[in-house]
Amino acid sequence: MDVVTPNLDAKPGRIYLYKRYERFWHWSQALLVLTMLATGFEIHGSYQLLGFEPAVRLHTLAAWALLTLWAFTIFWQFTTGEWRQYLPTHKKVVAMAVYYGWGMFRGAPHPFHKTVQKKHNPLQRLAYLALLAMISPLIWGSGLLYLFRAVWPELGIDRWLTLEWVAWAHTAGAFLMLAFVVVHVYLTTTGHTLTAHIKAMITGWDEVPEDV
Amino acid sequence: MAQPRQGGDGPCKALIRGVGTLLWVFASIASAWSASPLPTTGATPQEALAKAPGPGKSTADHSKFKELQGPFKTGSDVTKACLSCHTEAAKQVMSTRHWTWEYTNPDTGQKLGKKTMLNSFCIGDRSNEAFCQSCHVGYGWKDDKFDFHAESKVDCLVCHHTGGYKKPAGMAGEVPTERTELPPGSGKFIDPVDLAMVAQHIGKTSTATCGSCHYNGGGGDGVKHGDLDSSLDRATPELDVHMASKASGGAGFTCATCHQADGHQIAGSRISMTAADPHGPILRGDTVHAGRNAATCQSCHGDKPHRQPSLAVGLLNNHTSKLACQSCHIPSFARGGITTKMGWDWSTAGRLSPQGKPIQVKDDKGHVIYDSKKGDFKLGENVVPDYVWFNGKVTYTTQEDKIDPTRVVKVNTFHGGPDDPDARIWPVKRFEGQQPYDKQHLQLLVPHTATPDDTAFWFNFDWPKALKAGAEATGKPFSGDYGFVKTEMLWPITHMVAPAKDVVACASCHTSAAQSRLGDLPGVYLPGRDHHPWVDRLGWLAVLGAAAGVLVHALARVMNHIRHGKGH
Repeated sequence: MDVVTPNLDAKPGRIYLYKRYERFWHWSQALLVLTMLATGFEIHGSYQLLGFEPAVRLHTLAAWALLTLWAFTIFWQFTTGEWRQYLPTHKKVVAMAVYYGWGMFRGAPHPFHKTVQKKHNPLQRLAYLALLAMISPLIWGSGLLYLFRAVWPELGIDRWLTLEWVAWAHTAGAFLMLAFVVVHVYLTTTGHTLTAHIKAMITGWDEVPEDV
Repeated sequence: MAQPRQGGDGPCKALIRGVGTLLWVFASIASAWSASPLPTTGATPQEALAKAPGPGKSTADHSKFKELQGPFKTGSDVTKACLSCHTEAAKQVMSTRHWTWEYTNPDTGQKLGKKTMLNSFCIGDRSNEAFCQSCHVGYGWKDDKFDFHAESKVDCLVCHHTGGYKKPAGMAGEVPTERTELPPGSGKFIDPVDLAMVAQHIGKTSTATCGSCHYNGGGGDGVKHGDLDSSLDRATPELDVHMASKASGGAGFTCATCHQADGHQIAGSRISMTAADPHGPILRGDTVHAGRNAATCQSCHGDKPHRQPSLAVGLLNNHTSKLACQSCHIPSFARGGITTKMGWDWSTAGRLSPQGKPIQVKDDKGHVIYDSKKGDFKLGENVVPDYVWFNGKVTYTTQEDKIDPTRVVKVNTFHGGPDDPDARIWPVKRFEGQQPYDKQHLQLLVPHTATPDDTAFWFNFDWPKALKAGAEATGKPFSGDYGFVKTEMLWPITHMVAPAKDVVACASCHTSAAQSRLGDLPGVYLPGRDHHPWVDRLGWLAVLGAAAGVLVHALARVMNHIRHGKGH
């Protein structure tokens, strides 16, 4: 795997963690996911915001946009080797849990130090893997079936599947995604300052706290 | 490997530019998406059905025919003249329901047609023939002695005249050829029809000729159907995109443009409907689809009529597997300024003025809502239809059937359900009646009402007499013990097709069952209306659980920070 060559912006106590494409991917994906949550729950009938028809239109567009984004991102992950960031590890998982549940209140040091090679802590790796391996397939599987409802008869799908089941699965996936977003956003505040993680995801540079 | 740029163009700006690019891509797709979809594929039906030559383009000028110079003493004399050239025309007409008023339901064997069917309006034709039969396509059917094999009794002019021809109710379909007092002794006179003039100017059928009967079912303009009334003769495109004249922006259709006749057999009937027509448009020379009903929407538009960007993956067209076209494209009926009857209560008929005269009560718009002859009416305008699953098969409660007077009697029943491949969700007019029945025999009764004699209800206001006369004419027993039972009748809504801009909005159905046009109609999963209660309960529990956990954690951090100034 390539190593980022330090450049002129590099200073002691800073590492360049999130590359430009990665940040573009993250934020555009965030925008699309939030759009799809907002429009999706409107389509579901939870509230009225844009109106049903515009919500359907935007939801479908965002789905295509996210599919496109993922196509590029999967390519990027494999060409850069960044996909390894999502491999789970059992090391320090317990330590991380103890830190969140106890240590951080006592001022204990963070048990994990980010490096360019390992930018996610072990709990993060597990969470993202769960997102990738469970929530995403649930949402995308049901979502694509939903989107391609018109071709079910040609493929014989309507002989064994009803829209009801697809809708239920899709809704369940949406709830899980929403729960993920809630926790994910909260955990951005657990850096050495409240906004440290967010800053890093915007600029790419992660500041290493001085006491470490 | 991406590297942060040097100098003024920092990573922040790069990110903003990236997001900007993405937004631009979305915007481009969005604008392509919202390009207004055309209602049809390929050639528009307007182009495909370029109007047939009018009278001006006909190769025959009937006014030059010596056979038609007249004078004609009777309508039958005109018919004989027509048949001297159009030798098979009468035979063709006599094989249709326009002539026989008879129909045997192929699914049930039930004998139907106007001769025997009942409705919740004027109820039945028997004993009132001279009145009702003014809409029979013949001359002189006033009782059961009428000869249904006499070709000269076929009335060619009533459908093919282009003006100046009128057959008043009460003359059994005869045409007045001299000044006639009608009803006799009433002091009201009807002008004679100039048969030679009318015969020399015949032409194709028109909305006016079809409408002279079909608009007026149930005793007046728009009464019965709700989607058929004389406003269609001068339709704006907003009222009916097809029937509005080309000058006004419509397609200039007449009834026969869709209800195409083949040897006088006319396509499309409410007694035996084509509820689903999952095929492409019928093309000239098409043998694959031979025998299809020419009057369906799909016969021109096909079953995939919506043009949408490919990103939508046939979203709108997919609706055609569950919905009739009419469900979305006819947002409401009785839209042309003419009311339709939504309810008719015969039980209150017969109330007279203190002087013993029949009365009428009008609402503040001048519409009759009570008539001594008929009872109370409920009227409707711009009525949002009800929606039912319908496979095209209809059965009727006839006088052969026993009824349960404790329940609403369904005068007709629309069949079909969500699992029926021939069924679609259809818009209907749900009409509420209240009409006489025999309490001993538990059968619906036909009252004798319309032709002046000493038993007709409209002239004597005497129920027992009128019901007895009606029972005798229909060959049914009458115990003398009668009451009024609540009835219901459904009418398919299929005319008054609105332009695309006025189509039923998605959210009119895709909303809570309380607000949805489809209510809680089963058999479809309707996003926006339907959900699985446990998926929603557990889902919100998961989200609220996550939020609560996060909140508790955050609070603990805040408290800890205040107390110890430690931690994050």
